[in-house]
Amino acid sequence: MSFDDWALAVHVLSAFAYVGGVVLFWALVVAVRREDTPEGTIRMEPIVKVGNAAVGIGAVGTLVLGIWLAFSVGSYAIWDFWIIAALVLWAVSAALGQRTGAAYMQGMNKAKELEKAGQAGPSSELLVLNRTSSGVVLHSLVSVAALLLLLDMIFKPWA
Amino acid sequence: MTVLAAIRPDSWNFPLFLHVLGAMILVGGLLAGASSLGFARGDVRFLRLGYWSLLAVSLPGWVLMRAGGEWIASKEGWTKKGVPSPTWLDIGFLLADVGGLILLLSLVAGGFGVYRLRAGKGAGLLQVTLVLSVVLLGAYLVAVWAMAGKPA
Repeated sequence: MSFDDWALAVHVLSAFAYVGGVVLFWALVVAVRREDTPEGTIRMEPIVKVGNAAVGIGAVGTLVLGIWLAFSVGSYAIWDFWIIAALVLWAVSAALGQRTGAAYMQGMNKAKELEKAGQAGPSSELLVLNRTSSGVVLHSLVSVAALLLLLDMIFKPWA
Repeated sequence: MTVLAAIRPDSWNFPLFLHVLGAMILVGGLLAGASSLGFARGDVRFLRLGYWSLLAVSLPGWVLMRAGGEWIASKEGWTKKGVPSPTWLDIGFLLADVGGLILLLSLVAGGFGVYRLRAGKGAGLLQVTLVLSVVLLGAYLVAVWAMAGKPA
């Protein structure tokens, strides 16, 4: 395998890590909708960290190695439409992902606040934060952006 | 650089898209399932979340990945009699099929595990599901590397 073959393999593995993280967050989005206790909400934190690691590694790996491949592979150029589209979709997805995280962290922060205050029982306020509709919409948009990225990478429009 | 990736005919794109999308859903479900089971520490809600992630996400992902894989392999002409298949395809098929059996095994063990949880019994079988899902996650990452890097 040449260096470019390795770069492509790690680029694709990074894409799998990114989408894997997005799928993991869907499982958490569904699960957290029933959580109204601080303990149950806080217990999701280690799983959130796994998702954050997967999305972070995936986002950096796809971008860095994708740009490398755009310059290294003779038949591709950085200004090709499908590569520019991928960069735009990557940026949109990253920005939306950050906003999704912020929406769901409101519930996590509230849970920690309640736990600190010694309120271990169910909280309707926490349930409302955990059922954030803006969070669901934002994560749906992240998923659509990821799907468009995959379509763009495979169909390579106007390549 | 693999020439195939650069000059793939347009008619191969859709089956390839389904194959890769299915594989990504499969890996995502395994990641969600393994993480939920691994961090559950006996909490029934997280044990169930882990099991359902495998059943409702990974299994449909596997079906889509395998069907898309068969379709793209036939489009590329690898399934014709007498055509020798490349190493990367052999690795992919082997890991997909053996992995599918392990996934089914982990789901059966997990299904009994969830049933036992309802009866107030231990989560030992779900530990088996956790171990199998971690093994599968590793195996499928090797498959992704083989399919993307296409080693000789």
